[in-house]
Amino acid sequence: MRLTQGTFSFLPDLSDAQIRAQVDYCLGKGWAVSVEYTTDPHPRNTYWEMYGMPLFDLRDAAGVMDVIDSCRQAYPEAYVKVNAFDASHGWESLRLSFLVNRPANEPGFHLVRSEEKGRNLRYTTMSYAVTGARS
Amino acid sequence: MGHPDEAAATIKDASQRYRSGVLKYAQMGYWEPDYVPAETDVIALFRITPQDGVDPVEAAAAVAGESSTATWTVVWTDRLTACERYRAKAYRVDPVPGSSEQWFAYIAYDLDLFEPGSIANLSASIIGNVFGFKPLKALRLEDMRIPVAYVKTFDGPATGIVVERERLDKFGRPLLGATVKPKLGLSGKNYGRVVYEALMGGLDFTKDDENINSQPFMHWRDRFLYCMEAVNRAQAATGEIKGTYLNVTAGTMEDMYERAEFARELGSNIVMIDLVIGYTAIQSMAKWARRNDMILHLHRAGHGTYTRQKSHGVSFRVIAKWMRLAGVDHIHAGTVVGKLEGDPNTVQGFYDILREDHNPVDLKRGVFFEQHWASLRKVMPVASGGIHAGQMHQLLHYLGEDCVLQFGGGTIGHPMGIAAGATANRVALEAMVLARNEGRDLWNEGPEILKDAARHCPPLKAALDVWGEVTFDYASTDTPDYLPTPTPA
Amino acid sequence: MSEAAARLDAATGSSELLDLDGLYRQSNVDTALAALEGELVGLIPVKTRVREIAALLLVEKLRRSIGLEADPPPLHMSFTGNPGTGKTTVAMRMAAILHGLGYVRKGHLVAVTRDDLVGEYIGHTAPKTREVIKRAMGGVLFIDEAYYLYRPENERDYGQESIEILLQAMENHRDDLVVIFAGYANRMQTFFGSNPGLASRVAHHIDFPDYTDDELFAIAERLAAGMQYELSASARAALHEYIALRRAQPNFANARSIRNALDRARLRQANRLFAERAAGITREALVTLEGVDLRASRVFQARSVTP
Repeated sequence: MRLTQGTFSFLPDLSDAQIRAQVDYCLGKGWAVSVEYTTDPHPRNTYWEMYGMPLFDLRDAAGVMDVIDSCRQAYPEAYVKVNAFDASHGWESLRLSFLVNRPANEPGFHLVRSEEKGRNLRYTTMSYAVTGARS
Repeated sequence: MGHPDEAAATIKDASQRYRSGVLKYAQMGYWEPDYVPAETDVIALFRITPQDGVDPVEAAAAVAGESSTATWTVVWTDRLTACERYRAKAYRVDPVPGSSEQWFAYIAYDLDLFEPGSIANLSASIIGNVFGFKPLKALRLEDMRIPVAYVKTFDGPATGIVVERERLDKFGRPLLGATVKPKLGLSGKNYGRVVYEALMGGLDFTKDDENINSQPFMHWRDRFLYCMEAVNRAQAATGEIKGTYLNVTAGTMEDMYERAEFARELGSNIVMIDLVIGYTAIQSMAKWARRNDMILHLHRAGHGTYTRQKSHGVSFRVIAKWMRLAGVDHIHAGTVVGKLEGDPNTVQGFYDILREDHNPVDLKRGVFFEQHWASLRKVMPVASGGIHAGQMHQLLHYLGEDCVLQFGGGTIGHPMGIAAGATANRVALEAMVLARNEGRDLWNEGPEILKDAARHCPPLKAALDVWGEVTFDYASTDTPDYLPTPTPA
Repeated sequence: MSEAAARLDAATGSSELLDLDGLYRQSNVDTALAALEGELVGLIPVKTRVREIAALLLVEKLRRSIGLEADPPPLHMSFTGNPGTGKTTVAMRMAAILHGLGYVRKGHLVAVTRDDLVGEYIGHTAPKTREVIKRAMGGVLFIDEAYYLYRPENERDYGQESIEILLQAMENHRDDLVVIFAGYANRMQTFFGSNPGLASRVAHHIDFPDYTDDELFAIAERLAAGMQYELSASARAALHEYIALRRAQPNFANARSIRNALDRARLRQANRLFAERAAGITREALVTLEGVDLRASRVFQARSVTP
């Protein structure tokens, strides 16, 4: 499967030049950019590992590209995403978040159903990356 | 500009003023050209069309009177109250630019006239009796300034744009939705198929239509069960959070609560209601949504009956303000380019009202009053009705990124199937956002950007081939009337 | 024939006229040079060096535009001179010139000293230095009193770690970053002597001479006008004497000392006017600095104790 989290997952994977342009857009808006990674991309896995602190006060994307490269080298088989944080009043959250690395093999998720009374079903989504084998 | 007129002067002498009989409204004190509205006043702007021979000032005073304390004749019981405070005051009447028979009347209302936190009470005063008042040919409520003191008596949206994005983990682009079609007739099982295909193909949301409740062809529980199977399957297939607006609109509040509870039990992240359920029911559902961490989607079914004609009714910008106060998280607010009514400036005015914390006066967009929202959360506007992938650059240009774009026919009618239709829309959208962030000129390069994106996406190519040329180019009826250089207040 | 030689051949074979002047105007270098001229009194040798460097970079850019691509020209610099001689101001203009010519992408200046780069415990220095480098990328990193980074007397000093990270960045990010090292001339010489790796990467040296007495006087006039003050005849006489005396005393900092002197004179003038308030104050008195406002300075007292 192809994980489609992040703003640009339906496009072909972004080139470094494309990533740089997006980062420049974010820095131009005064947003702080940060890099996060995980091996468990469960849709409810909110807290990916932070690869260093958010980069505040940057003017140019080169500094972010360094961090992205270093994260991709350290975790080539992880999902890596770039976040842009807007601290202005009334927002104070992310403005953009997109993947810049994905593992060669994306195992995806298993949907577990448990039947309850009244034809109700309970759904649980499991990451194959965590449970191991793909059934 | 004022109209100093003998007959319009308030009668100060109490023995004259309260003598039994009929007086002009202006004489009763509902016209006060020198009045300076207090910060805590509610202000309403009406477009009035007086009957032939009726003075516009007297007409404005009549509207002020009928929407506050007055009745057709003098009553002595006024004297048992602080009636001067409770009288609404018409304080300014301007001719509508380009019209000889219409006038803009500004009327201020004391805060004490309204129950805290009640749209029903606010609207019962402002649009209660007065719209049927005989001396007027027509009357339209154009805009309102809600004082912060009154804003703070409402909870507003429980979720709002920012938290919705955090909950869905989707940032930096409009969300994508589709209304399941055909609107009526599908069984629950077939209905869920449409939901699954559309979500799996790339949409974030699907949506029940306004009139899908619980009809013979599909009872609501069936719909909810099949839809949630589809949502969970699509979520596991893509790793993305998905949702479907389950319409809980029903004949009674008890039924609505029952349906909403069931949706919550099944794990839905969003429920939907229709505007026709009424303001009180909407506020009740907003409270329920707040208690249950549920996004609340409002379909503005019925609004066109009173928002569309410029001479009579209530402008949608007023409805948008009321609904932000009432606390819905989503509201349909126009597309500009689609099949339904929507002048670009007017629609952008609606979006500003829903999304900004502060609205400056913007006559071009039909915003007559400065409005502070006191950090009330932002409502996500929904653009729905006759839009397709080929308009993506125009949609992003007019509406920005904080909205839901709903492509119903544009998804389900795709020649390669529903999932392909969803993919086409998602690819078009992401390509457009990427290009915008790269600094490209969407307005002029949009079609080129879409064509480039279609090269790696056959479904997008098919969508552009089928719908690329479809436009709905009709004159709008609801457009702002303003002079490029507004007269100072 | 090598590829580069072939390109050279092709380029020199053309008799087409190249528009160096157009490139000059389009790059806004003239604006930066004019600003430098307007902002700084005197400093002729510095301005000449800046002009030379700008010309070199401009020509290099034109050469590249016709395909004569050699390695990118080395851009790191050292500005040496005493305090208050205009190093930071020139660095800001240099950043604008580099930006105008496309050698840096954003053209901002990040000015730091040792404290911004070097940490206080193990593991603290590398992230600090890297963060500063990231902030400066796309622009110019200006390291004032750079020699404080190097403290051979303390073998546990973390400055060396910072220098190594800087070196790495100067090497790996030639397109992203220009570094200017600044400080006293003699100490910079020692610093570069002990860090040949750094020295070899610094291509342009600009020496900032002390201002002459006349230049300092002109600076004072300009500063006073900027603050909307006028100098009376007695104030001008006092100022001439002040400059000569101040230069001979410790911690002389050129233009900065002059600015401080004027600030203190404003304070004394205000006190004087306040004391005389009963007599009423004319507009002229309000905008005029008098000789007494300057002569109350300790600089003049120093003369009386050491004749």
